[in-house]
Parts: sequence; structure tokens; C-alpha cells
Amino acid sequence: MSACLDICELSAVLPNGQRVLRSVSLSVQPGEVRALVGESGAGKTMIGKAVLGVLPKSVRVVEGEMLIEGEDLGRLDAKARRNLIGARTALIPQDPLTALNPSRRIGAQMTDRLVRILGWSGERADQRIRQLLDEVQIRDPERVLKSYPHELSGGLRQRVLIAAAFAAEPRLIVADEPTTALDVTVQKQILRLIAQLQREHGTAILFVTHDLGVVAKISQKVSVLYAGKVVEEAETAQLFAAPQHAYTRALIAATPRYTDPYASLKPVDESVLAGLTAEIAAADNDWRPGHG
Amino acid sequence: MDEARIARRASSPRLWLAGGWLLLALLAAIFAPLVAPQDPLAQDLMLERLPPFWLDGAEPGYWLGTDSLGRDLLSRLIFGGRIAFIVAFAAATSACLIGSALGLIAGYFGGWADRIISRIVDVWMAFPPVLFAILLVAVLGTGLSSVILAIAIIDWTRFCRVIRAEAMSQARMDYVESARIAGYGRIGIMLREVLPNVLPSVVALLSLEMGIAVIVEAILSFVNLSISTDDPTWGSIIAEGRLSIHQAWWVLVFPLITLILTVLSFSQFGEALKARFDPVLR
Ligand SMILES: Nc1ncnc2c1ncn2[C@@H]1O[C@H](COP(=O)(O)OP(=O)(O)OP(=O)(O)O)[C@@H](O)[C@H]1O
Ligand SMILES: [Mg+2]
Repeated sequence: MSACLDICELSAVLPNGQRVLRSVSLSVQPGEVRALVGESGAGKTMIGKAVLGVLPKSVRVVEGEMLIEGEDLGRLDAKARRNLIGARTALIPQDPLTALNPSRRIGAQMTDRLVRILGWSGERADQRIRQLLDEVQIRDPERVLKSYPHELSGGLRQRVLIAAAFAAEPRLIVADEPTTALDVTVQKQILRLIAQLQREHGTAILFVTHDLGVVAKISQKVSVLYAGKVVEEAETAQLFAAPQHAYTRALIAATPRYTDPYASLKPVDESVLAGLTAEIAAADNDWRPGHG
Repeated sequence: MDEARIARRASSPRLWLAGGWLLLALLAAIFAPLVAPQDPLAQDLMLERLPPFWLDGAEPGYWLGTDSLGRDLLSRLIFGGRIAFIVAFAAATSACLIGSALGLIAGYFGGWADRIISRIVDVWMAFPPVLFAILLVAVLGTGLSSVILAIAIIDWTRFCRVIRAEAMSQARMDYVESARIAGYGRIGIMLREVLPNVLPSVVALLSLEMGIAVIVEAILSFVNLSISTDDPTWGSIIAEGRLSIHQAWWVLVFPLITLILTVLSFSQFGEALKARFDPVLR
């Protein structure tokens, strides 16, 4: 059985030649959660956008392949690619406010996709949406369906977006820091909800986060990203038990622990970063597109 | 939320006052032959410069008095409203359709479409509008349709600039990206997702533009470049009133009040409608 998502040696550059992704390889097996962790600017969102076919115009993919369930996105024409991505993937975005259209009611926005894109009947779509709202534990679906996005709380909006993401039974969901914009108590509920729906629906998730605590809770596999490069990948338990790369060890040391919140935190060691940066610069000098 | 509600309350009397005046003026203009007390063109030298009804020497049936040719001022204002409203609706709607469509395309698609459209707008805006209008009418010839055409040709940029900026900021929103991921086409996204979000601004601008069209028409008829027949227009009544300001101030003052009320009402009505329709302010 082929992987749900397979990214091979993906590199992307900005117009000024600066590399934002450096031969990234990662795969997500069916039904598996892979965390993609790294600090701000590491390129986590870029990878998600690349998979979903919405890279900014200024970012150019210069090499590498992406396969969704064995189908090479690079071999498809634009329309077929859009259809494939639309049918098999979904996004749970970071900011639940801007991810909903402010001038359309929640219900219309949610059913519209199922009806227009997937050709469902209105009735079937409506039923499906209600079922999903129930699964994300929304108690008063009537009110929510009739509301405009700004009339709901942040947590409720994120539940709506989770419901919408799972509604069409995608094989792969990209979740880009889905809890970062929420306050701490809501974060936990939302995380638990995503984990629960993921298990019940057997959906694979590429879970982008900068929080190792979240990684430990939700994922089975992890890729650690630094400056657009995967520096380590492992099973989650393995990564925490025996981190191989110096950067990963530094990152773990810099994460607060619930068991011992007052232990002093070490910021990521300067010498580790300096070493990494030098290593990457050296690799960049040797690098030409296509000769990876 | 509370702020939004206060804004909405405040917009209510504004909406009703402005809308009420516009409705009254519009109905009077539509049914002018029925509601006007006199023939607006009938001259009667026996009745010249009658004062409005509350002053000594007023005649019943000539509520706002008469001009220097003895024509009833109220009837002339009512009939003048016809041309004002025709110009307002036709010119503003045309400017709105052209400008909003181009603005939406430029703002949403960006790239070369935006570069071309923005460049045209820049060139257009380099002309002073009133001069531009006079020039256009001089070229197109006087008459109702040239006035309408001139206003539309000049003022579409007003819509284009605002709608472009709004469409651009909407296009950057995550919901547009989500729609792309879900598989919607670009034009579909522009019409279904972006357009509803810029519509409140379109409506507000449209109403404002109607007011502007009324002023421009008045200016053009004031300088005798609008329609060339004897049909009264607010601008031509003002022009005549100016000549007899010392003998009959009312011939200048009443059309000015009518004009100002109408223009203000259009702009206030638009703002209030926008506040009503904007889902985030609602
Ligand atoms: N639209 C864009 N055009 C050009 N470069 C961009 C654009 N967006 C982001 N970048 C650059 O690409 C790199 C990767 O950004 P990305 O948003 O993927 O980081 P991230 O890991 O998601 O960070 P964060 O945790 O802050 O979300 C950064 O150096 C950023 O400056
Ligand atoms: Mg990001």
C-alpha cells in the first residue's frame, strides 16, 4: 500500500535565490499522524502549502516530487491536480477567524463545498454537516449553522473548521498550528477533538506545530525542521527517548515540562545553531537544482 | 459586539431620514405631472416674483413663489428632480458597474491585470474631474445622454480604486485559500467568496456617487452645458436664481436646499446601508 503522502527531495526557492525548502523528504502513512516541528520561519507552513497546491506566487519549486496516495502531483495537469487535492485533502488552518468567509453563514459555507465540489445532494450534505457538528461536540447546531463567523467564539469557530475538514472524508489533513490562535484551556479541548476524530475516521494528518508538548500528545512520527531542512525524523517516542541530532536535543531541553514546570529552561544553544547554519551553508554551496 | 450594536442603532434614524427624503423626492419626480401644482413652463408676467406662501403678497397654489417669468418654483423643482434622478441612477450605475468589475478583477487577480488597470486609473485621475466633464460634454455635445456618459466615464475610477483595495485584502484572507484547496475555480471564488465581502462598499459608493452625479449635472446645467431644452433642471434654476437674488432670493435658495438635501441624503443613505449590510458591523 502506498503512503498517503510522500514528499521526496522537495526544494523551493524565493525570487532572490534564497532556499526556503532544502531537499525535504517526508511521508505520512494512511491513518497516521506525523508532526512537523520547528521554530518560526523553518518552513513548516511552506511544506503544507506545497502539498495543498497553494504556494505563494513568489515561491518556486525547483526540484522534488510530491505523491498523494501514489499519484504524482507533478505529472498531473493543473485541473486534475486541483481535483485530486480537493477530493483527498483538507486544511485545518491556524486562524479560525480569517479561514471562514465573514459574509456567509456557517451552514452555507460548510454544505456548499460538498454540494458544489463533490456533487452531493443538498440533503445529504446537510445531514453530513450535522453529523460532524455533533462529532465535534457542538450542542446547538441550529444556531451555529445560522450564524456568521464573527458571532461565534474562537473555540467554536475552530470546531466548525475541524468539522468542515473531516466532512468530505479526506485521506489527508494538513493541520497548520490549529491551536496556536486559541487560549490555553481551549487548546487542549481542540487537540483532544482532533485526535479523537482522527482515530475514528482513520485520517492521516500532517500536523504542523512548534510545540513539542503537542507533538508528544498527538503524533506517532515526527520530522524536525530547521531552516527548511529536515534534520531528524523518528517515531515520536523514539525522538523523545533518544534524540539523535544536537538541534533536536536542544529543542527538547528548551521545552517546558508539565511534570516539572519550574525547572530552568535552556534556550536553544547558540553553538548548536551556529554549527547547523554552517552545515547548511556548506550544503547550499554545493547545491544546484536537479543535482541535489 | 456592543459597539456594533450602537453603530447600528445610530445608523437607523440616519437611514430613515435620508431614505425618507430620497423616497419623497423620487416619488414626486416620477409622478410630477400629477403632483406639481402648476405647469412648470407656463409663464405669466402678472405673477412674476411671487414670494413663498408665508410672506405678504403670496398667491395660493404657488407655495414656494415664482421666478422672474412668473413660473411656479415648486413645480419647476419637482420636474427638475426627474432629470436629477435619471442622471443619478443611470450615471452612477454605469460608473459602478465598470469601476467595480475592473476593481474586483485587478484586486483579486493581481499581476498584469492589476498593473494595466491601475495604470489606466492613474492616467484617468490625472485630469481634474470638473474640467474633464466640461471637456467631454463639449466633445459629446450637450444632452441628457452625454451628461450621463460623461459622469460614468469620469467617475468609474472612484469605484475601481476602492473595490480594488478591498478585493486585494480579501484575496489574502485564508478563506480564499481554503476555497482554492477545496477545488473552486478562480472566477467562482471571485464571484462567490470575494464579491459578497466588497458589496457593502459597492452599495455605499453607489449611493454616494448618485449624489455626486446630481451635483455634476447641476454644475453642467449651471454653466449651460447640460440639456439644451427648456426643461427645468436644478442647476438651471439655480443659475436663473442667481441673477435675481436681490429681487427674489427664494428662486436661488430653494433649489440650493433641495440639491444639498438630496446630495447629503444619498451619501448618508449609502453609509447607513453599508453599516446594515456589513456582517461584521451588523
Ligand atoms: N509569501 C511569502 N513569500 C516569500 N517568502 C515567504 C512567504 N511566506 C513566508 N516566507 C518565508 O519562507 C520561510 C518559511 O516560512 P513559513 O511560513 O513556512 O515558516 P513556519 O515554519 O510556518 O513559521 P511559523 O511558525 O512562524 O508559522 C520564512 O523564511 C519566511 O520568511
Ligand atoms: Mg507557519
